[in-house]
Amino acid sequence: MKFLEYKAKEIFARYDIPVPRGVVASRPDNIADPPLPCMVKAQVLVGGRGKAGGIRPASSLDEARVVGGEILGMEIHGYRVRQVYLEERLDIEKELYLSLAIDRSAREALLMASALGGLEIESVPRDEMYMEHVPAMIGLQPYVLRAILRKLGLPKEIGEQVAAIVRRAYDLFRKEDAELVEINPLVVTRDGRVVAGDAKLIVDDNAEYRHPDYAALDQDRTRLEEEAHDKGITFIQLDGDIGVIANGAGLTMATLDVLNLKGGKGGAFLDLGGTDDPEKVKQAFEILLKARPSVILLNIFGGITKADTVALGVKQALQEMGEKVPVVARIKGVNEDAAKQILRDIGTHPAETIEEAAELAVKVRAGGT
Amino acid sequence: MAVLLTKKARVLVQGITGHQGTFHTRAMLDFGTKVVAGVTPGKGGTKVEGVPVFDGVREAVLRRKANASIIFVPAPFAKDAAIEAIEAGLKLVVVITERIPFHDCLDLVPYARSKGCAIIGPNCPGIITPGQSKMGIMPNHIFAPGDVGVISRSGTLTYEIVNAMTQAGFGQSTCIGIGGDPVIGTNTVEALAMFQKDRKTKRIVVVGEIGGTAEEEAAEFIKRHVTKPVVAYVAGRTAPPGKRMGHAGAIIQAGKGTAESKVRAFAEAGVPVADYPADIAKLLAAT
Repeated sequence: MKFLEYKAKEIFARYDIPVPRGVVASRPDNIADPPLPCMVKAQVLVGGRGKAGGIRPASSLDEARVVGGEILGMEIHGYRVRQVYLEERLDIEKELYLSLAIDRSAREALLMASALGGLEIESVPRDEMYMEHVPAMIGLQPYVLRAILRKLGLPKEIGEQVAAIVRRAYDLFRKEDAELVEINPLVVTRDGRVVAGDAKLIVDDNAEYRHPDYAALDQDRTRLEEEAHDKGITFIQLDGDIGVIANGAGLTMATLDVLNLKGGKGGAFLDLGGTDDPEKVKQAFEILLKARPSVILLNIFGGITKADTVALGVKQALQEMGEKVPVVARIKGVNEDAAKQILRDIGTHPAETIEEAAELAVKVRAGGT
Repeated sequence: MAVLLTKKARVLVQGITGHQGTFHTRAMLDFGTKVVAGVTPGKGGTKVEGVPVFDGVREAVLRRKANASIIFVPAPFAKDAAIEAIEAGLKLVVVITERIPFHDCLDLVPYARSKGCAIIGPNCPGIITPGQSKMGIMPNHIFAPGDVGVISRSGTLTYEIVNAMTQAGFGQSTCIGIGGDPVIGTNTVEALAMFQKDRKTKRIVVVGEIGGTAEEEAAEFIKRHVTKPVVAYVAGRTAPPGKRMGHAGAIIQAGKGTAESKVRAFAEAGVPVADYPADIAKLLAAT
C-alpha cells in the first residue's frame, strides 16, 4: 500500500515525527483556511511531481485557490491529481535525507541518511550517504544514531531532534509493517526546528490484516484491479490487448514474455493461483473479460490442479456471460484429455505448449483462424 | 548425496489437519517421504493419513524423532509455527505459506540462521530430492532422479521447466523452490554454494524473475565460486515497472530489479539464459 503524502504525514504525526501544518482539498472552492504563505502540493503516488509543476507557492487564499485549481486535474506521469495538500511554507536552512527500507539481500532493515537532502536519492554520491543495517532481532542501537550525527555534521540541538526522528521513524517502520519510510527532504528550519518536508510511506500488502484501516487507502490500482483485489484475485492491467491468465506468478509472467516474443502484447495479467474451483475460474474470467481483451490466452500447468475442472469453469464463464471473445487454451494436468474435449466443444482453440498457445493467440487476434 | 533433503529426513507437518496440510501429506507419503508426525494445536491424539498428530512440535520431536518440518499454517500464525520448530531443534524448516508479512520474515530468517536452521521459503513450492524425499507441494510425477540441481523463485514455472527437463532426459539431484517473497530463508547464492559442493550435482539451473538483486548476486557468485555449468531463465521481461507481478518480490522498484539487468549479469558470468522456458533443456544439452 502506497500512501499519499498527506496520509503518510498523518501517520508520521502519530509517531511524533514533526510535520508542517497543512490542509487537504479535492476542489478549489473547498480550500478554506490554508496556512499562509503555503506550498500547494499535488497528491499523487509518483515521484518527480515538483519538476512536473505539481508543487507551487501561494501567498493568499485567492492565490491558493487559483493555483490549487490549476494543479487539480493535472496529470503527472500518468496519474490524475485528485487532491492537493496546502502546507505551511518552511523557512529552510538545510535539507537532509532519511530513509528506512527492507534490504532483501541482507534480510535486514537498511537505514540511510545524508546531509544532501531534497535531491533524487540516486544522484547523491555514495560517500555522502550514511548506510547501516538494523537487524530486526536487535533493533536500533545508539551507536547508529551517534554515527549519523557525526556523518551529517549537525550541531547538538539539531542533532538531538534528528536522532529522535530516526528513532521514531524506525518505530513506525516496524510497527506499521513498512516496506519504505522516506523523508526527503528532512528540513532544518532557520528557527532551529527539524520537520519532515515530504513523506513517503509504503506498507506491506501482506500485513493488511494487521492494519485493516489502511486497506481502503491504496489508490495505485485501477478500478478493475481494485475489484479483483477485493475478490482475492491477482490481476494487473497492462498496455496490450491480449488477456493472459495462468496459474502461478512466475508462469503468468513467463507466458506474457513468450507472447511478446511471438509478436503479441499482454493487456492483462491474471494469476489464477492453485485453484481448480470452477467458481473461482469463472470469477477470474469475469474480471478478465471486463478488461475487453481481443483474445484470451489461458495457460495452466497443473501438476495437481485438475485440468478438466478448470475447463468446466471456463465453459461456465463463457456460456453464462454470453461472450464471444476467442480463447486459446493450453492446459496441462490431471485429466488433460477430458479438458481438451470440453474446450474444443465450446469452440476454444486448444494448444500443446506455451509457444504454440502464444503463436495461436497472435494469429487468432489477427483474424487468422 | 543431495542438497539439504535426503531420505533420512523424518518429516513433521505443521498444520496437518488443514485442507492443504492433509492433501499434501498424502502426496508426500505417496512420493516416499517419511512423514512421521503432524502438529495442529488442539488436535493432538488424532491421526491424518495414518500419521499421528500432536499439539506441539517438541512433543512430535520427542515421540517421533522428527528432524525437519514443513509448514502449511495460515500467514498470521506462520512465524510462530516456524519459531516453535526452530526452538525444538529442527534444522530444516520449509515454509509453504504465502502472504506472510515481510517484517515477520525479517524476524524469522536471521533468527533461524543464528540457530543453524535452514529455512526454505516462505511462499514456495518446497524442496524435492527425486528418488529420496519431498517436502513440498510439487507434482510427484514430473520429477526424475538425476544430476541437475534446480533453484527457483517460482512454483508452476518450475514445474513447466522441470517437466521439459525430465522429458529430455535431465533428471534432478535436488530442486529447491526458494520462494517468491522479498525476504526469504535460503537464497539463490546459498543454494548455488550447496549445489557446487554436492557431488551428485553436475549442472545447475537457476529460474529467476524480476525484483531485487538475487540474480545479479548469483551471477557474481558464479563467476568466483561455481565451476559447474549453470543455465538460467528470467521471468518478467515484459513486466511494467512499479507493479507487483503476483509474487510479493516480483517488482521493479526505482529502476532496480529489471529482467535486462539480470539477463546481462548472467551473460557476463558466462551463464546462458533461455528465451523460452522449454529451452532450458536444450541449453543443458549444450553444456
